[in-house]
Amino acid sequence: MKRLQPHLGLLTAVLAVLMMGIVPIISGNPATREVMFTILRAVTLASSLNILLGYTGYVSFGHIVFFGFGGYVGFYLMTVQGQSLWTAMLAGGVSSAVLAFLLGKAILRLRGAYFALATIGVNEAMRAFINNFQPFGGPVGMTLNFKVYQQYGGAASALQLSFYIMLALSVAVVVLSYVVRTSKFGLGLLAIREDEDAAEVMGVVAPDAKTWAYVLSAIFPGVVGVLFFFKNGSVEPLDAFPLHTSIEMIVMVMLGGYGTVFGPVLGAAGYQRMRGLLVTSPIFKNVQLFVAGALLLGIVLFVPAGVVGWVRQRWPTLRRVLQ
Amino acid sequence: MILQVQGISKVFGGLQALSNVTFDLPKGQILGLIGPNGAGKTTLFNVINGVYTPTEGRVLFLGQDITGRKTYHVAHMGMARTHQIVRPLNELSVLENVMVGACFGREKRSLRSARAVAQEVLEFVGLSERAEQLAGSLNVGQKKRLEMARALASRPHLLLLDEVLAGLNPSEIAAMVETVRRIREQGVTIIMIEHVMHAIMNVSDRILVLDYGQQIAEGTPEEISNNPRVIEAYLGDPKLAERLMEGE
Repeated sequence: MKRLQPHLGLLTAVLAVLMMGIVPIISGNPATREVMFTILRAVTLASSLNILLGYTGYVSFGHIVFFGFGGYVGFYLMTVQGQSLWTAMLAGGVSSAVLAFLLGKAILRLRGAYFALATIGVNEAMRAFINNFQPFGGPVGMTLNFKVYQQYGGAASALQLSFYIMLALSVAVVVLSYVVRTSKFGLGLLAIREDEDAAEVMGVVAPDAKTWAYVLSAIFPGVVGVLFFFKNGSVEPLDAFPLHTSIEMIVMVMLGGYGTVFGPVLGAAGYQRMRGLLVTSPIFKNVQLFVAGALLLGIVLFVPAGVVGWVRQRWPTLRRVLQ
Repeated sequence: MILQVQGISKVFGGLQALSNVTFDLPKGQILGLIGPNGAGKTTLFNVINGVYTPTEGRVLFLGQDITGRKTYHVAHMGMARTHQIVRPLNELSVLENVMVGACFGREKRSLRSARAVAQEVLEFVGLSERAEQLAGSLNVGQKKRLEMARALASRPHLLLLDEVLAGLNPSEIAAMVETVRRIREQGVTIIMIEHVMHAIMNVSDRILVLDYGQQIAEGTPEEISNNPRVIEAYLGDPKLAERLMEGE
Protein backbone atom coordinates (compact mmCIF):
# COMPACT_ATOMS: atom_id res chain seq x y z
CA MET A 1 0.00 0.00 0.00
CA LYS A 2 2.84 2.38 0.84
CA ARG A 3 4.32 2.03 -2.61
CA LEU A 4 0.98 2.76 -4.18
CA GLN A 5 0.45 5.92 -2.19
CA PRO A 6 2.02 8.35 -4.66
CA HIS A 7 -0.27 6.93 -7.30
CA LEU A 8 -3.53 7.32 -5.41
CA GLY A 9 -4.82 9.61 -8.12
CA LEU A 10 -4.42 6.88 -10.70
CA LEU A 11 -5.99 4.33 -8.41
CA THR A 12 -9.13 6.42 -7.92
CA ALA A 13 -9.63 6.88 -11.64
CA VAL A 14 -8.98 3.24 -12.53
CA LEU A 15 -11.28 2.03 -9.75
CA ALA A 16 -14.04 4.31 -11.00
CA VAL A 17 -13.71 2.85 -14.50
CA LEU A 18 -13.59 -0.72 -13.19
CA MET A 19 -16.69 -0.13 -11.10
CA MET A 20 -18.58 1.04 -14.15
CA GLY A 21 -17.33 -2.02 -15.99
CA ILE A 22 -18.25 -4.49 -13.28
CA VAL A 23 -21.90 -3.49 -12.94
CA PRO A 24 -23.07 -5.17 -16.18
CA ILE A 25 -20.75 -8.15 -15.67
CA ILE A 26 -22.40 -8.88 -12.33
CA SER A 27 -25.94 -8.09 -13.39
CA GLY A 28 -25.58 -9.92 -16.71
CA ASN A 29 -28.16 -7.56 -18.18
CA PRO A 30 -27.40 -6.78 -21.86
CA ALA A 31 -29.20 -3.44 -21.66
CA THR A 32 -27.01 -2.26 -18.76
CA ARG A 33 -24.01 -3.51 -20.69
CA GLU A 34 -24.91 -1.40 -23.70
CA VAL A 35 -25.39 1.67 -21.55
CA MET A 36 -22.04 1.08 -19.91
CA PHE A 37 -20.41 0.50 -23.28
CA THR A 38 -21.57 3.94 -24.35
CA ILE A 39 -20.28 5.48 -21.15
CA LEU A 40 -16.91 3.77 -21.40
CA ARG A 41 -16.62 4.82 -25.03
CA ALA A 42 -17.23 8.38 -23.86
CA VAL A 43 -14.59 7.94 -21.14
CA THR A 44 -11.95 6.92 -23.68
CA LEU A 45 -12.86 9.69 -26.10
CA ALA A 46 -12.95 12.37 -23.41
CA SER A 47 -9.75 11.20 -21.70
CA SER A 48 -7.96 11.12 -25.04
CA LEU A 49 -9.16 14.58 -25.97
CA ASN A 50 -8.07 15.79 -22.54
CA ILE A 51 -4.42 15.12 -23.42
CA LEU A 52 -4.68 17.76 -26.11
CA LEU A 53 -7.39 20.03 -24.68
CA GLY A 54 -6.68 19.76 -20.97
CA TYR A 55 -2.93 19.29 -20.82
CA THR A 56 -1.76 21.16 -23.90
CA GLY A 57 -4.50 23.77 -24.11
CA TYR A 58 -5.41 23.23 -27.75
CA VAL A 59 -9.14 23.02 -28.42
CA SER A 60 -9.86 20.36 -31.02
CA PHE A 61 -13.45 20.71 -32.17
CA GLY A 62 -13.12 17.97 -34.76
CA HIS A 63 -11.50 15.30 -32.63
CA ILE A 64 -14.11 12.76 -33.70
CA VAL A 65 -12.28 12.58 -37.04
CA PHE A 66 -9.83 10.11 -35.46
CA PHE A 67 -12.67 7.92 -34.24
CA GLY A 68 -14.21 7.87 -37.72
CA PHE A 69 -11.01 7.53 -39.69
CA GLY A 70 -9.54 4.78 -37.52
CA GLY A 71 -12.92 3.06 -37.49
CA TYR A 72 -13.14 3.15 -41.27
CA VAL A 73 -9.63 1.80 -41.80
CA GLY A 74 -10.21 -1.05 -39.34
CA PHE A 75 -13.64 -1.81 -40.73
CA TYR A 76 -12.23 -1.94 -44.24
CA LEU A 77 -9.61 -4.44 -43.11
CA MET A 78 -12.26 -6.64 -41.46
CA THR A 79 -14.82 -6.62 -44.27
CA VAL A 80 -12.75 -6.42 -47.43
CA GLN A 81 -9.44 -7.92 -46.32
CA GLY A 82 -10.92 -10.46 -43.88
CA GLN A 83 -8.57 -9.44 -41.07
CA SER A 84 -9.32 -10.18 -37.41
CA LEU A 85 -10.73 -7.61 -35.01
CA TRP A 86 -7.34 -7.44 -33.27
CA THR A 87 -5.42 -6.54 -36.40
CA ALA A 88 -8.16 -4.09 -37.34
CA MET A 89 -8.04 -2.32 -33.96
CA LEU A 90 -4.28 -2.08 -34.15
CA ALA A 91 -4.50 -0.68 -37.67
CA GLY A 92 -7.23 1.76 -36.61
CA GLY A 93 -5.08 3.12 -33.81
CA VAL A 94 -1.97 3.36 -35.96
CA SER A 95 -3.74 5.03 -38.86
CA SER A 96 -5.33 7.63 -36.59
CA ALA A 97 -1.94 8.27 -35.02
CA VAL A 98 -0.34 8.75 -38.43
CA LEU A 99 -3.16 11.05 -39.50
CA ALA A 100 -2.70 13.10 -36.32
CA PHE A 101 1.04 13.29 -36.89
CA LEU A 102 0.63 14.62 -40.43
CA LEU A 103 -2.20 16.97 -39.46
CA GLY A 104 -0.24 18.16 -36.44
CA LYS A 105 2.70 19.17 -38.58
CA ALA A 106 0.32 21.26 -40.67
CA ILE A 107 -2.21 22.83 -38.30
CA LEU A 108 -0.62 22.84 -34.83
CA ARG A 109 1.23 26.02 -35.71
CA LEU A 110 -2.16 27.72 -35.54
CA ARG A 111 -3.24 28.94 -32.16
CA GLY A 112 -6.48 29.48 -30.32
CA ALA A 113 -9.59 29.87 -32.42
CA TYR A 114 -7.69 29.30 -35.66
CA PHE A 115 -6.63 25.83 -34.59
CA ALA A 116 -10.16 25.02 -33.41
CA LEU A 117 -11.59 26.10 -36.77
CA ALA A 118 -9.00 24.09 -38.66
CA THR A 119 -9.95 20.93 -36.75
CA ILE A 120 -13.60 21.38 -37.71
CA GLY A 121 -12.47 21.80 -41.30
CA VAL A 122 -10.44 18.61 -41.12
CA ASN A 123 -13.40 16.61 -39.83
CA GLU A 124 -15.77 17.96 -42.46
CA ALA A 125 -13.20 17.47 -45.22
CA MET A 126 -12.59 13.90 -44.12
CA ARG A 127 -16.30 13.15 -44.14
CA ALA A 128 -16.66 14.60 -47.63
CA PHE A 129 -13.67 12.59 -48.79
CA ILE A 130 -14.97 9.28 -47.37
CA ASN A 131 -18.37 10.08 -48.84
CA ASN A 132 -16.79 9.98 -52.29
CA PHE A 133 -14.19 7.29 -51.69
CA GLN A 134 -15.52 4.15 -53.36
CA PRO A 135 -13.19 1.57 -51.72
CA PHE A 136 -14.80 2.57 -48.41
CA GLY A 137 -18.28 2.30 -49.89
CA GLY A 138 -18.87 6.00 -50.53
CA PRO A 139 -22.04 7.46 -49.00
CA VAL A 140 -23.51 3.99 -48.30
CA GLY A 141 -20.58 2.87 -46.22
CA MET A 142 -19.78 -0.76 -45.52
CA THR A 143 -21.57 -3.62 -43.80
CA LEU A 144 -20.00 -6.47 -41.91
CA ASN A 145 -20.95 -9.95 -43.04
CA PHE A 146 -22.80 -11.52 -40.14
CA LYS A 147 -20.65 -14.63 -40.43
CA VAL A 148 -17.64 -12.70 -39.19
CA TYR A 149 -19.08 -12.84 -35.66
CA GLN A 150 -18.80 -16.63 -35.70
CA GLN A 151 -15.05 -16.33 -35.26
CA TYR A 152 -15.87 -14.82 -31.89
CA GLY A 153 -18.45 -17.43 -30.89
CA GLY A 154 -21.54 -15.86 -32.44
CA ALA A 155 -23.10 -12.41 -32.30
CA ALA A 156 -24.05 -12.51 -28.62
CA SER A 157 -20.61 -13.40 -27.39
CA ALA A 158 -19.02 -10.95 -29.84
CA LEU A 159 -21.01 -8.22 -28.09
CA GLN A 160 -19.86 -9.50 -24.73
CA LEU A 161 -16.27 -9.58 -25.96
CA SER A 162 -16.60 -6.04 -27.30
CA PHE A 163 -17.60 -4.89 -23.86
CA TYR A 164 -14.55 -6.48 -22.22
CA ILE A 165 -12.29 -4.89 -24.81
CA MET A 166 -13.97 -1.55 -24.24
CA LEU A 167 -13.38 -1.86 -20.52
CA ALA A 168 -9.72 -2.73 -21.06
CA LEU A 169 -9.29 0.20 -23.44
CA SER A 170 -10.86 2.60 -20.93
CA VAL A 171 -8.44 1.48 -18.24
CA ALA A 172 -5.55 1.79 -20.70
CA VAL A 173 -6.55 5.35 -21.62
CA VAL A 174 -6.81 6.39 -17.99
CA VAL A 175 -3.36 4.92 -17.32
CA LEU A 176 -1.97 6.71 -20.39
CA SER A 177 -3.58 9.95 -19.27
CA TYR A 178 -2.04 9.57 -15.82
CA VAL A 179 1.41 8.67 -17.13
CA VAL A 180 1.38 11.71 -19.43
CA ARG A 181 0.11 13.99 -16.66
CA THR A 182 2.85 12.99 -14.24
CA SER A 183 5.73 12.79 -16.72
CA LYS A 184 8.31 15.33 -17.79
CA PHE A 185 6.64 15.35 -21.20
CA GLY A 186 3.39 16.26 -19.44
CA LEU A 187 5.05 19.11 -17.56
CA GLY A 188 6.16 20.48 -20.93
CA LEU A 189 2.58 20.23 -22.21
CA LEU A 190 1.22 22.08 -19.17
CA ALA A 191 3.84 24.78 -19.70
CA ILE A 192 2.68 25.12 -23.31
CA ARG A 193 -0.92 25.39 -22.13
CA GLU A 194 -0.06 28.19 -19.74
CA ASP A 195 2.19 30.23 -22.03
CA GLU A 196 3.59 28.68 -25.18
CA ASP A 197 6.17 31.40 -25.90
CA ALA A 198 7.47 31.43 -22.34
CA ALA A 199 7.68 27.64 -22.43
CA GLU A 200 9.79 27.78 -25.57
CA VAL A 201 12.10 30.35 -24.01
CA MET A 202 12.62 27.87 -21.16
CA GLY A 203 13.58 25.21 -23.69
CA VAL A 204 10.34 23.29 -24.28
CA VAL A 205 10.37 22.21 -27.92
CA ALA A 206 6.73 23.13 -28.37
CA PRO A 207 6.22 22.00 -31.99
CA ASP A 208 7.37 18.46 -31.17
CA ALA A 209 5.59 18.25 -27.83
CA LYS A 210 2.31 19.44 -29.37
CA THR A 211 2.58 16.97 -32.22
CA TRP A 212 3.12 14.04 -29.84
CA ALA A 213 0.27 15.19 -27.63
CA TYR A 214 -1.96 15.25 -30.71
CA VAL A 215 -0.78 11.78 -31.73
CA LEU A 216 -1.37 10.35 -28.24
CA SER A 217 -4.83 11.87 -28.15
CA ALA A 218 -5.69 10.27 -31.51
CA ILE A 219 -4.63 6.66 -30.95
CA PHE A 220 -7.43 5.45 -28.69
CA PRO A 221 -10.26 7.17 -30.54
CA GLY A 222 -9.05 5.24 -33.61
CA VAL A 223 -9.01 1.91 -31.77
CA VAL A 224 -12.41 2.57 -30.21
CA GLY A 225 -13.79 3.49 -33.63
CA VAL A 226 -12.94 0.05 -34.97
CA LEU A 227 -14.48 -1.66 -31.95
CA PHE A 228 -17.61 0.48 -32.13
CA PHE A 229 -18.28 -0.21 -35.79
CA PHE A 230 -17.43 -3.88 -35.39
CA LYS A 231 -20.13 -4.08 -32.75
CA ASN A 232 -22.43 -1.95 -34.86
CA GLY A 233 -21.98 -4.17 -37.92
CA SER A 234 -21.92 -1.25 -40.33
CA VAL A 235 -20.22 2.06 -40.88
CA GLU A 236 -21.29 5.10 -42.84
CA PRO A 237 -19.94 8.65 -43.12
CA LEU A 238 -22.64 10.33 -41.02
CA ASP A 239 -22.08 7.91 -38.12
CA ALA A 240 -18.33 8.09 -38.32
CA PHE A 241 -17.80 11.84 -38.30
CA PRO A 242 -20.64 13.41 -36.24
CA LEU A 243 -19.53 16.94 -35.36
CA HIS A 244 -21.99 17.14 -32.47
CA THR A 245 -20.31 14.17 -30.75
CA SER A 246 -17.06 16.02 -31.13
CA ILE A 247 -18.54 18.96 -29.27
CA GLU A 248 -20.03 16.65 -26.65
CA MET A 249 -16.50 15.36 -26.02
CA ILE A 250 -15.46 18.90 -25.16
CA VAL A 251 -18.48 19.28 -22.86
CA MET A 252 -17.51 16.08 -21.03
CA VAL A 253 -13.92 17.20 -20.51
CA MET A 254 -14.95 20.64 -19.30
CA LEU A 255 -17.70 19.23 -17.06
CA GLY A 256 -15.39 16.83 -15.25
CA GLY A 257 -12.40 19.15 -15.16
CA TYR A 258 -9.91 19.73 -17.95
CA GLY A 259 -6.30 18.90 -17.31
CA THR A 260 -7.08 16.32 -14.61
CA VAL A 261 -6.96 12.54 -14.93
CA PHE A 262 -10.21 11.85 -13.13
CA GLY A 263 -12.15 14.77 -14.62
CA PRO A 264 -12.85 13.33 -18.08
CA VAL A 265 -13.90 10.00 -16.50
CA LEU A 266 -16.37 11.72 -14.24
CA GLY A 267 -17.47 14.15 -16.94
CA ALA A 268 -18.07 11.39 -19.45
CA ALA A 269 -20.05 9.28 -17.00
CA GLY A 270 -22.06 12.25 -15.74
CA TYR A 271 -22.81 13.64 -19.16
CA GLN A 272 -23.79 10.27 -20.60
CA ARG A 273 -26.11 9.59 -17.67
CA MET A 274 -27.73 12.96 -18.17
CA ARG A 275 -27.98 12.42 -21.89
CA GLY A 276 -29.53 9.01 -21.30
CA LEU A 277 -32.20 10.55 -19.09
CA LEU A 278 -32.86 13.39 -21.52
CA VAL A 279 -33.28 11.30 -24.66
CA THR A 280 -35.75 9.01 -22.94
CA SER A 281 -37.79 11.89 -21.55
CA PRO A 282 -40.66 12.98 -23.80
CA ILE A 283 -40.09 16.67 -23.03
CA PHE A 284 -36.35 16.83 -23.52
CA LYS A 285 -35.63 14.22 -26.16
CA ASN A 286 -35.49 16.74 -28.99
CA VAL A 287 -33.50 19.34 -27.14
CA GLN A 288 -30.77 17.26 -25.53
CA LEU A 289 -28.06 18.99 -27.58
CA PHE A 290 -29.45 22.31 -26.48
CA VAL A 291 -29.02 21.17 -22.88
CA ALA A 292 -25.43 20.14 -23.68
CA GLY A 293 -24.73 23.59 -25.08
CA ALA A 294 -26.30 25.33 -22.09
CA LEU A 295 -24.29 23.08 -19.79
CA LEU A 296 -21.04 24.00 -21.55
CA LEU A 297 -21.89 27.66 -21.30
CA GLY A 298 -22.65 27.30 -17.61
CA ILE A 299 -19.40 25.48 -16.89
CA VAL A 300 -17.23 27.92 -18.80
CA LEU A 301 -18.88 30.89 -17.09
CA PHE A 302 -19.20 29.64 -13.54
CA VAL A 303 -17.00 26.58 -12.91
CA PRO A 304 -14.24 26.80 -15.53
CA ALA A 305 -12.16 24.23 -13.64
CA GLY A 306 -14.93 21.62 -13.88
CA VAL A 307 -16.13 19.39 -11.07
CA VAL A 308 -12.77 17.82 -10.22
CA GLY A 309 -10.91 21.10 -10.57
CA TRP A 310 -13.42 22.80 -8.31
CA VAL A 311 -13.19 20.10 -5.66
CA ARG A 312 -9.39 20.27 -5.80
CA GLN A 313 -9.49 24.02 -5.24
CA ARG A 314 -12.04 23.74 -2.47
CA TRP A 315 -10.50 20.86 -0.56
CA PRO A 316 -6.73 20.77 -1.17
CA THR A 317 -6.40 17.67 1.00
CA LEU A 318 -8.28 15.68 -1.63
CA ARG A 319 -5.70 16.52 -4.28
CA ARG A 320 -3.71 13.35 -3.73
CA VAL A 321 -6.78 11.22 -4.34
CA LEU A 322 -8.28 13.25 -7.16
CA GLN A 323 -5.79 13.95 -9.89
CA MET B 1 33.90 35.79 -25.73
CA ILE B 2 30.68 34.15 -24.65
CA LEU B 3 28.50 36.40 -26.78
CA GLN B 4 29.27 38.40 -29.89
CA VAL B 5 26.65 40.70 -31.34
CA GLN B 6 27.67 41.88 -34.78
CA GLY B 7 25.93 44.67 -36.67
CA ILE B 8 22.40 43.84 -35.53
CA SER B 9 19.58 45.79 -37.14
CA LYS B 10 15.89 45.12 -36.74
CA VAL B 11 13.14 46.82 -38.68
CA PHE B 12 9.42 46.51 -37.89
CA GLY B 13 7.48 47.86 -40.83
CA GLY B 14 8.73 51.43 -41.04
CA LEU B 15 10.26 51.45 -37.57
CA GLN B 16 13.99 51.02 -37.19
CA ALA B 17 14.01 49.38 -33.77
CA LEU B 18 17.73 48.59 -33.77
CA SER B 19 20.46 49.82 -36.05
CA ASN B 20 23.90 48.31 -36.26
CA VAL B 21 24.35 47.25 -32.64
CA THR B 22 27.73 45.62 -32.08
CA PHE B 23 29.38 44.43 -28.89
CA ASP B 24 31.37 41.56 -27.42
CA LEU B 25 30.73 40.12 -24.00
CA PRO B 26 33.54 38.25 -22.18
CA LYS B 27 32.66 35.36 -19.90
CA GLY B 28 31.83 36.24 -16.32
CA GLN B 29 31.02 39.91 -16.85
CA ILE B 30 27.87 41.82 -16.09
CA LEU B 31 26.82 44.08 -18.93
CA GLY B 32 24.25 46.73 -18.13
CA LEU B 33 21.94 47.75 -20.95
CA ILE B 34 20.31 51.12 -20.44
CA GLY B 35 18.44 53.67 -22.48
CA PRO B 36 15.18 55.62 -22.47
CA ASN B 37 11.86 53.86 -22.99
CA GLY B 38 11.48 52.57 -26.53
CA ALA B 39 15.23 52.57 -27.13
CA GLY B 40 15.16 48.95 -28.27
CA LYS B 41 16.58 47.21 -25.22
CA THR B 42 14.00 44.44 -25.00
CA THR B 43 14.06 44.10 -28.78
CA LEU B 44 17.80 43.47 -28.53
CA PHE B 45 17.11 40.71 -25.97
CA ASN B 46 14.52 39.24 -28.29
CA VAL B 47 17.01 39.18 -31.12
CA ILE B 48 19.72 37.64 -28.96
CA ASN B 49 17.60 34.79 -27.63
CA GLY B 50 15.81 34.05 -30.88
CA VAL B 51 12.33 35.50 -30.41
CA TYR B 52 13.03 37.73 -33.42
CA THR B 53 15.28 37.15 -36.39
CA PRO B 54 17.34 40.29 -37.02
CA THR B 55 16.95 42.14 -40.31
CA GLU B 56 20.73 42.35 -40.52
CA GLY B 57 23.68 41.13 -38.51
CA ARG B 58 24.73 38.04 -36.61
CA VAL B 59 24.63 36.77 -33.06
CA LEU B 60 27.34 34.36 -31.92
CA PHE B 61 26.89 32.47 -28.68
CA LEU B 62 29.78 30.33 -27.41
CA GLY B 63 31.35 30.75 -30.82
CA GLN B 64 28.33 29.41 -32.70
CA ASP B 65 26.17 31.44 -35.03
CA ILE B 66 22.69 31.38 -33.45
CA THR B 67 21.10 34.04 -35.66
CA GLY B 68 17.51 33.03 -36.42
CA ARG B 69 17.61 29.90 -34.24
CA LYS B 70 14.50 29.02 -32.29
CA THR B 71 14.30 30.18 -28.68
CA TYR B 72 14.36 26.59 -27.40
CA HIS B 73 17.57 25.80 -29.30
CA VAL B 74 19.18 28.85 -27.76
CA ALA B 75 17.86 27.78 -24.34
CA HIS B 76 19.36 24.30 -24.77
CA MET B 77 22.74 25.89 -25.49
CA GLY B 78 22.63 27.62 -22.11
CA MET B 79 21.01 31.02 -22.51
CA ALA B 80 18.16 31.89 -20.18
CA ARG B 81 16.13 35.05 -19.80
CA THR B 82 13.51 36.75 -17.70
CA HIS B 83 10.66 38.81 -19.10
CA GLN B 84 10.07 42.45 -18.37
CA ILE B 85 6.36 41.75 -18.20
CA VAL B 86 6.35 38.62 -16.07
CA ARG B 87 5.02 35.46 -17.67
CA PRO B 88 4.33 32.97 -14.89
CA LEU B 89 2.67 29.67 -15.77
CA ASN B 90 -0.31 30.69 -13.65
CA GLU B 91 -2.07 27.38 -13.10
CA LEU B 92 1.13 25.54 -12.16
CA SER B 93 2.73 25.70 -8.75
CA VAL B 94 5.79 27.85 -8.15
CA LEU B 95 7.87 24.69 -7.85
CA GLU B 96 6.56 23.31 -11.14
CA ASN B 97 7.32 26.61 -12.87
CA VAL B 98 10.93 26.34 -11.82
CA MET B 99 11.06 22.64 -12.69
CA VAL B 100 10.16 23.51 -16.29
CA GLY B 101 13.39 25.48 -16.48
CA ALA B 102 15.42 22.63 -15.02
CA CYS B 103 13.75 19.93 -17.13
CA PHE B 104 13.93 21.61 -20.51
CA GLY B 105 16.82 24.06 -20.26
CA ARG B 106 20.50 23.38 -20.76
CA GLU B 107 20.77 20.43 -18.39
CA LYS B 108 17.53 18.68 -19.45
CA ARG B 109 17.12 17.03 -16.08
CA SER B 110 14.73 14.27 -15.13
CA LEU B 111 11.65 15.22 -13.10
CA ARG B 112 13.16 13.91 -9.89
CA SER B 113 16.45 15.80 -10.10
CA ALA B 114 14.66 18.85 -11.50
CA ARG B 115 12.60 18.95 -8.32
CA ALA B 116 15.78 19.03 -6.23
CA VAL B 117 17.31 21.78 -8.37
CA ALA B 118 14.08 23.76 -8.25
CA GLN B 119 13.95 23.60 -4.46
CA GLU B 120 17.56 24.72 -4.28
CA VAL B 121 16.97 27.65 -6.65
CA LEU B 122 13.79 28.69 -4.83
CA GLU B 123 15.79 28.75 -1.63
CA PHE B 124 18.38 30.93 -3.38
CA VAL B 125 15.87 33.53 -4.55
CA GLY B 126 13.91 33.33 -1.30
CA LEU B 127 10.68 31.77 -2.54
CA SER B 128 10.91 28.35 -0.92
CA GLU B 129 7.99 28.86 1.42
CA ARG B 130 5.80 29.61 -1.62
CA ALA B 131 6.80 26.46 -3.52
CA GLU B 132 3.39 24.79 -3.45
CA GLN B 133 1.38 27.92 -4.16
CA LEU B 134 0.00 28.55 -7.65
CA ALA B 135 2.27 30.93 -9.54
CA GLY B 136 -0.71 33.13 -10.42
CA SER B 137 -1.25 33.96 -6.77
CA LEU B 138 2.16 35.59 -6.24
CA ASN B 139 2.62 39.36 -6.03
CA VAL B 140 4.73 41.28 -8.55
CA GLY B 141 7.95 41.15 -6.59
CA GLN B 142 7.58 37.43 -6.07
CA LYS B 143 6.75 36.90 -9.74
CA LYS B 144 9.95 38.72 -10.68
CA ARG B 145 11.90 36.40 -8.43
CA LEU B 146 10.06 33.45 -9.95
CA GLU B 147 11.15 34.58 -13.42
CA MET B 148 14.70 34.68 -12.11
CA ALA B 149 14.40 31.25 -10.47
CA ARG B 150 13.08 29.66 -13.66
CA ALA B 151 15.96 31.07 -15.64
CA LEU B 152 18.53 29.99 -13.05
CA ALA B 153 17.14 26.47 -12.78
CA SER B 154 18.47 25.69 -16.24
CA ARG B 155 21.99 26.50 -14.97
CA PRO B 156 22.63 28.88 -17.87
CA HIS B 157 25.96 30.15 -19.16
CA LEU B 158 24.39 33.47 -20.06
CA LEU B 159 21.49 35.12 -18.27
CA LEU B 160 19.44 37.95 -19.77
CA LEU B 161 17.64 39.93 -17.07
CA ASP B 162 14.95 42.28 -18.33
CA GLU B 163 14.11 44.88 -15.66
CA VAL B 164 14.08 42.58 -12.68
CA LEU B 165 14.20 45.60 -10.37
CA ALA B 166 11.24 47.49 -11.83
CA GLY B 167 8.34 47.77 -9.44
CA LEU B 168 10.33 46.62 -6.43
CA ASN B 169 10.70 48.63 -3.22
CA PRO B 170 14.17 49.78 -2.06
CA SER B 171 14.82 46.85 0.26
CA GLU B 172 13.68 44.38 -2.42
CA ILE B 173 16.03 46.12 -4.86
CA ALA B 174 18.95 45.74 -2.49
CA ALA B 175 18.15 42.06 -2.06
CA MET B 176 17.85 41.52 -5.81
CA VAL B 177 21.14 43.31 -6.54
CA GLU B 178 22.78 41.05 -4.00
CA THR B 179 21.23 38.04 -5.73
CA VAL B 180 22.58 39.19 -9.10
CA ARG B 181 26.08 39.50 -7.63
CA ARG B 182 25.88 36.02 -6.19
CA ILE B 183 24.75 34.62 -9.54
CA ARG B 184 27.79 36.19 -11.16
CA GLU B 185 30.03 34.68 -8.50
CA GLN B 186 28.82 31.29 -9.68
CA GLY B 187 30.37 32.05 -13.06
CA VAL B 188 27.24 33.10 -14.94
CA THR B 189 27.60 35.91 -17.47
CA ILE B 190 24.77 38.44 -17.26
CA ILE B 191 23.23 41.14 -19.40
CA MET B 192 20.74 43.23 -17.52
CA ILE B 193 18.34 45.89 -18.69
CA GLU B 194 17.56 48.33 -15.94
CA HIS B 195 16.14 51.75 -15.24
CA VAL B 196 17.20 51.89 -11.61
CA MET B 197 20.43 53.81 -12.23
CA HIS B 198 22.22 53.54 -8.91
CA ALA B 199 21.71 49.78 -8.96
CA ILE B 200 22.95 49.21 -12.47
CA MET B 201 25.91 51.56 -12.07
CA ASN B 202 26.83 49.61 -8.96
CA VAL B 203 26.60 46.12 -10.27
CA SER B 204 27.72 46.34 -13.93
CA ASP B 205 31.26 45.86 -15.21
CA ARG B 206 30.40 47.68 -18.41
CA ILE B 207 27.39 49.54 -19.69
CA LEU B 208 25.93 49.89 -23.13
CA VAL B 209 23.52 52.71 -23.89
CA LEU B 210 20.84 52.54 -26.56
CA ASP B 211 18.81 55.47 -27.83
CA TYR B 212 16.31 55.13 -30.68
CA GLY B 213 17.90 51.81 -31.60
CA GLN B 214 21.36 53.37 -31.88
CA GLN B 215 24.23 52.32 -29.72
CA ILE B 216 25.28 55.74 -28.43
CA ALA B 217 27.86 54.76 -25.82
CA GLU B 218 29.68 51.84 -24.28
CA GLY B 219 32.09 51.80 -21.36
CA THR B 220 32.60 51.48 -17.63
CA PRO B 221 29.92 52.97 -15.37
CA GLU B 222 32.16 56.01 -14.66
CA GLU B 223 32.70 56.70 -18.35
CA ILE B 224 29.01 56.36 -19.05
CA SER B 225 27.88 58.66 -16.27
CA ASN B 226 30.14 61.41 -17.60
CA ASN B 227 29.32 60.89 -21.26
CA PRO B 228 27.52 63.99 -22.61
CA ARG B 229 25.57 62.01 -25.22
CA VAL B 230 24.16 59.77 -22.54
CA ILE B 231 23.21 62.68 -20.33
CA GLU B 232 21.54 64.29 -23.31
CA ALA B 233 19.57 61.16 -24.13
CA TYR B 234 18.29 60.95 -20.59
CA LEU B 235 17.97 64.57 -19.53
CA GLY B 236 17.96 66.49 -22.76
CA ASP B 237 20.76 68.92 -23.61
CA PRO B 238 22.79 69.45 -20.38
CA LYS B 239 23.96 72.83 -21.59
CA LEU B 240 20.34 73.85 -22.13
CA ALA B 241 19.78 74.44 -18.41
CA GLU B 242 22.96 76.50 -18.16
CA ARG B 243 22.01 78.56 -21.18
CA LEU B 244 18.56 79.19 -19.77
CA MET B 245 20.07 80.26 -16.46
CA GLU B 246 22.44 82.61 -18.20
CA GLY B 247 19.65 84.02 -20.31
CA GLU B 248 17.75 85.11 -17.22
